[in-house]
Amino acid sequence: MKIKATRKNKSEGFYQGLFFLTASISVLAVGLITVMIFYNAWPAFREIGLWDLLSGNKWTPTASNPLFGLLPMIVGSMVITLLALVIGLPIGIATSIFLAELAKGKFAAVLRRSVEMLAAVPSVVYGFVGLTLVVPFVQRLGGTGLSILSAGIILGVMILPTMISVYEVSLRAVPSEFKEGSLALGASHWQTIGRVLIPASRSGLLTAIALSIGRAVGETMAVILVAGNIPLIPDSILDPARTLTVNIIMEMGYVEPGSLHYSALFATGAILFVFIMFINIGVQLITRKAVKK
Amino acid sequence: MKKIKMGKTLMAMVLVLSLSLLFTACGNTDEETGDSDTTEQTKITIVGSTSVGPHMDALTKMYNDSVDGSISFTVEQVGSGQGIQAVSDGSADIGMSSRELKEDEGPMEEFQLCTDGISIIVNSANPVEDITMEQLKAIYMGEITNWSELGGEDAEINLYTRESTSGTRGAFEELVLGKDANDEQIVIDETICAAVQNSNGQLGQGVESDPYAIGYLSMGLVENYSIKTLSIDGVEATTENIENGSYVLSRPFLLLTLTTPEGNVSDFLNWLISNADAREYLEENGFIV
Repeated sequence: MKIKATRKNKSEGFYQGLFFLTASISVLAVGLITVMIFYNAWPAFREIGLWDLLSGNKWTPTASNPLFGLLPMIVGSMVITLLALVIGLPIGIATSIFLAELAKGKFAAVLRRSVEMLAAVPSVVYGFVGLTLVVPFVQRLGGTGLSILSAGIILGVMILPTMISVYEVSLRAVPSEFKEGSLALGASHWQTIGRVLIPASRSGLLTAIALSIGRAVGETMAVILVAGNIPLIPDSILDPARTLTVNIIMEMGYVEPGSLHYSALFATGAILFVFIMFINIGVQLITRKAVKK
Repeated sequence: MKKIKMGKTLMAMVLVLSLSLLFTACGNTDEETGDSDTTEQTKITIVGSTSVGPHMDALTKMYNDSVDGSISFTVEQVGSGQGIQAVSDGSADIGMSSRELKEDEGPMEEFQLCTDGISIIVNSANPVEDITMEQLKAIYMGEITNWSELGGEDAEINLYTRESTSGTRGAFEELVLGKDANDEQIVIDETICAAVQNSNGQLGQGVESDPYAIGYLSMGLVENYSIKTLSIDGVEATTENIENGSYVLSRPFLLLTLTTPEGNVSDFLNWLISNADAREYLEENGFIV
């Protein structure tokens, strides 16, 4: 017995160490990424200046007098994300309510599977479908079709799985007493959903929106194929636009390592990084508040 | 119980295995770079053009796989000018240039790897067949903005361009836009364009689906899309016209050495110029060999 026990302890210690090691890999990775991005972005922050990077509206990195203004890309990211939310949010909310409250039996299962499948489609496939279906459609409304609207439509579909899976769970997490009480007071099913379930799951909805924003802001491959990628502040949703992620991917391939242009691309990444960090912190604050309640 | 335990052991084994693989993989690269006690040169440094670089990278790998695995190549993509500089000061064994040498550069040994032609492309429904070099420049400078000025429909011209770091775009700017009054290279103003596309494929597809588009593409890739190529000053973009020098939108891909190459460098250059697989690779990527 004794021998067996020590053996067990030894192997337990071994496993504990091993798993601790693997667990620290992700912490290490976050640390390394942060250091690497800001280390490489530093020359751009020093030579161009944070304010000029954030407020400059001309991006001409290969001109004889290069300019590195990121404002068109910041606006591009925000506008495309906003449009994706405008398109995806109503569909996401309605689908979540349908799945949590109304759908029954086989159809509900098929629907849930379909939403899950949507998350498994690679983003380059979304981009390709967008290029062959959405862009020609938008072209009929005016312009080349390579536009904010095309990117917004595709991202609006891409954020659905995130939004629906989070919001459906929080709708289901509303205590059944709330619903039963409402029904007992004579409210209809529809009134109960609108007046009790939705207000009670508000923090879940906010989390779903925040996560969707993170997904939309970070998406690159699908956007680069359909957005036109012009570094210019757009006038209409039929205009092309370039997002922060697209700016990095587009020019990183052949840029001369160590140049100011290279550093400015890392600065683009640093700004994106801070942006997404804020969104993540926002999500944590929302969920913590919900738990306290 | 036993099953679960076995699962655990298996998982641990997989973890250890993957970790050890990770470390050995890191270790190998260190070893490879630092041994050369033979008299033959085993390290070849290739420096230069960003348009030639990616292909040189692929070709050195092909060479290592099929001919001589003992040579470690370093391919640095820093632009033609710096490549030529690196050859003349001896810091590179081979230089890559995607343009002819200027008079004050050299003298050095030149080997023409291949020729790259650039086609000016429009949508297949566009009635325009030919433009002049001046018109092409004016279009990409934003001075001509309507197809009717070129004998086409009354519609705005949608400019398609590659990203600022693209080698094709660099060559296009050099050959078509030229230099400004201060002898600085003129670059395309992206804000007057309809789309910046970051691959030949995206550009070809964009022009294919937009009736008012104009763009530029490496010549060998044009046939992949249902698009129309414009002739320039009446000269069609064909291999023959590039070879006889009448079609002006072309540039050589040159490899440079300071002195007559010897040993491994010579073997490698000969392989590039004569090997069927290497030739086929270049042809597949749209170059004229």
